[in-house]
Amino acid sequence: MTTPAASPMIGARRLHVGDTAFRISLHIAGAIVVIVLLSILAIMFIGGKLAFDTFGLGFIWGSEWNPVTQIYGALPAITGTLVTALLALLIAWPIGFGIAFFLTETCPSKLRGPLGVAIELLAAVPSIVYGMWGFFVLAPFMSEHVQPWLTATFLWIPPVGDSFFWFTAPPIGVGMLTASLILAIMILPFIAATTRDVLQSTPQLLKDGAYAMGATRWEALTGVVIPAVRGSLFGAVFLGLGRALGETMAVVFVIGNAIRMPDSLMAPSATIASVVANSFPEAEPGTLDLAVLLGLGFILFVVSFSVLAIARLLLRQERMS
Amino acid sequence: MKQLSPATRARYFRRQLVDRLMGGLCMLAAGIGLALLGLILWMLFSKGLGGLSLSVFTNSMAQPGAGGGLANAIVGSIIQVGLGAMIGAPLGMMVGVYLSEVGKESKFASVVRFVNDILLSAPSVLIGLFVYQIAVEPFGGFSGFAGAISLALIAMPIVARTTEDILRLVPQAYRDGAVALGSRENEVVRKVVLPAAFGGILTGVLLAVARIAGETAPLLFTSLGNTNWSTDMTQPMASLPIAIYRYAGSAYDEWVSLAWTGAMLITVGVLLLNILSRFSHAAVAGKTGG
Amino acid sequence: MDAPSVVHAAAPPASTRIALQGINAFYGEKRALFDVNLEIPDNAVTAFIGASGCGKSTLLRCLNRMNDTIPGARVEGRILMDGTDINGADIDPVQVRTRIGMVFQKPNPFPMSIYENIAYGPRTHKLVSTKADLDELVESSLRRAALWDEVKDRLGKPGLGLSGGQQQRLVIARALAVSPAVILMDEPCSALDPIATAHIEALIDQLRKHTCIVIVTHSMAQAARVSQITAFFHMGKLIESGSTDQIFTMPKVEQTQDYITGRFG
Repeated sequence: MTTPAASPMIGARRLHVGDTAFRISLHIAGAIVVIVLLSILAIMFIGGKLAFDTFGLGFIWGSEWNPVTQIYGALPAITGTLVTALLALLIAWPIGFGIAFFLTETCPSKLRGPLGVAIELLAAVPSIVYGMWGFFVLAPFMSEHVQPWLTATFLWIPPVGDSFFWFTAPPIGVGMLTASLILAIMILPFIAATTRDVLQSTPQLLKDGAYAMGATRWEALTGVVIPAVRGSLFGAVFLGLGRALGETMAVVFVIGNAIRMPDSLMAPSATIASVVANSFPEAEPGTLDLAVLLGLGFILFVVSFSVLAIARLLLRQERMS
Repeated sequence: MKQLSPATRARYFRRQLVDRLMGGLCMLAAGIGLALLGLILWMLFSKGLGGLSLSVFTNSMAQPGAGGGLANAIVGSIIQVGLGAMIGAPLGMMVGVYLSEVGKESKFASVVRFVNDILLSAPSVLIGLFVYQIAVEPFGGFSGFAGAISLALIAMPIVARTTEDILRLVPQAYRDGAVALGSRENEVVRKVVLPAAFGGILTGVLLAVARIAGETAPLLFTSLGNTNWSTDMTQPMASLPIAIYRYAGSAYDEWVSLAWTGAMLITVGVLLLNILSRFSHAAVAGKTGG
Repeated sequence: MDAPSVVHAAAPPASTRIALQGINAFYGEKRALFDVNLEIPDNAVTAFIGASGCGKSTLLRCLNRMNDTIPGARVEGRILMDGTDINGADIDPVQVRTRIGMVFQKPNPFPMSIYENIAYGPRTHKLVSTKADLDELVESSLRRAALWDEVKDRLGKPGLGLSGGQQQRLVIARALAVSPAVILMDEPCSALDPIATAHIEALIDQLRKHTCIVIVTHSMAQAARVSQITAFFHMGKLIESGSTDQIFTMPKVEQTQDYITGRFG
């Protein structure tokens, strides 16, 4: 029914205009993602250069922070960031893992769906709400009940040198410990959800093999499942750590915002993110004050970039194999 | 079973005990998680409902005792989140389409995918600082527009990730069918693949909107906040999260109460968006047959 | 009966629609086809048979350049369609596919309405200008695919709501709507029950009066029922081709004989 002309198929070239435009625009979109990341890095570095030039390595190692004398050392903020984030992880990971195990293995199937949704909703609550809750509910509770007890109970732990007294501090409610707790609550659903996804991705065959050998659920988990997905489990942990390192609003309410080396786990302190948010209103463009904040931003960027990169590599490795 | 030696039986008993104990602890962990959600929501409602009145939605922020509300902050949030999503979502979709349909496993696509995953969890305070340097400082001041840009940068990687994930679920048979009918690459994507994945992409956009609606840190550096009614995108603009932040830290009970009300509103909004997104996701799963 | 690929006298007299000359295909390092030469006549059904992995589906995908969409796939040789080499450097594969329809193993209607499924091709290639023309084209395509009576009252319903056999006829109608000169079918009945298979086979027999049809099938019985020409493949090589009657009753090559007797019935 078709009488072909000489060559109806010749004419339209392989590089069609529509397809070319389509491909180019998509490549541009992809490039924008990379450009944004590189620009953040570059802008932070260029903006913070004055701080690095002025203080050299002392900007990172200096423990004095004094806007009046214009001496800025980031060590207190870096310490606060690392301590609160790691402490939060220490609290959140066992609970998050427990939730994940419960959801994948022991939970009655009727509860599994709603419970999973609840955990994911908890992850969606804006961080400022966690901050407010920490400030108005958790901090008073800490100051009245938890901190006096901690101080009294752990008085026997010897101090580190003569400057760090662990749990001995005036019970004012705000400080590193409270910040860590809020961070822990914040990253808990996140770790639980990611870990659950990892555990769910283990082939049933693997577990069946262990069960067939007479293993209990816990033995199947520790003996077969965890070794099989170890990388991804660490990935989930690092992802949570990345979150905790850069969190601002949940921390700013409860950390106490004192930029000095902490003398106790309960002492008011600061994190890089909280310093940047708090000091920003006083930092005029072009001044050392702003350069210092951008320099801090650069440090935070490098730290969280490394943590997140490790997390993604660990998670991806598993996905490939 | 009945002829087990006492030693074996003891070992068996111990193993069972460990299993039960650990199972119990995990259940306890889940209980803690649920209790926390309940506690936070209960606190929000018990403190937030008290301050809820019509004036919250009709009046702008005002001095204590002047009967102020959050109207300007709510509208400011809607404008900035709306514009942010309008910029960030299409860009993110294009990135997702690139990763799934064009770049696939190529070198450049792997880099883009990796960087996008990093941006997905990058500290939002840095996004704020970044946009301050490129869109506030050079253009002479804080603006609603800068706020929207910072939110767009947060929404983009979220939409990109969900778009890629959902496009990978679209059966290859649809693409083959369209290609075999003589469709161009762009037609395959625009007319067949994207419509098939519409519900899933919508889910991603809704999740991104939910996420940026609660973002506070980036707005501190970009739109700053504004106690007056303003819809001028070139001027500082109020937003709900910033209003909550300022009021929560204030010394006036009336403002603190408004902060709780604002926090309740934003949480309810965000959770509703999350639940809504589940429905759009379920809809697409049904449509493509799983 | 001496010439290797002479058309049997019982087959309808037909001109050659597609001539394959020295086709080699590679997936990365793996070679899938070895120097295939074959002539495919118009107005007839040509069946490709052979065991799994023998290269029959690969060859089918060469005919509309679907292998272009597989990374690492490479095809050598000339595929002359009405005298034009569709493998030529100046040929747009999209144009090739517009003239050659394809039906897949599993029915793959788009997640749209029945009407939209059929209208997809004509719209994409701007074959019609008015809604009335499009309506007419949709109806005639569905009629030719023997589906019209079953779906005329629910054209707005999703194509995925149809039964498997109806879905397969829907995608055949979808292919017919752009008036292809050739229709390629890749095991079109392998996902269908016997009744639906009978429907499709009857339809194929109708369609061949106006089109050139190439069908890949793993079912000897089906090849015998629907095709006029049969080509037998083994390990990427064309072992024997000829009229279906001849291939099934007196194959010249022992391998063909073994395959057919081992599997027939």
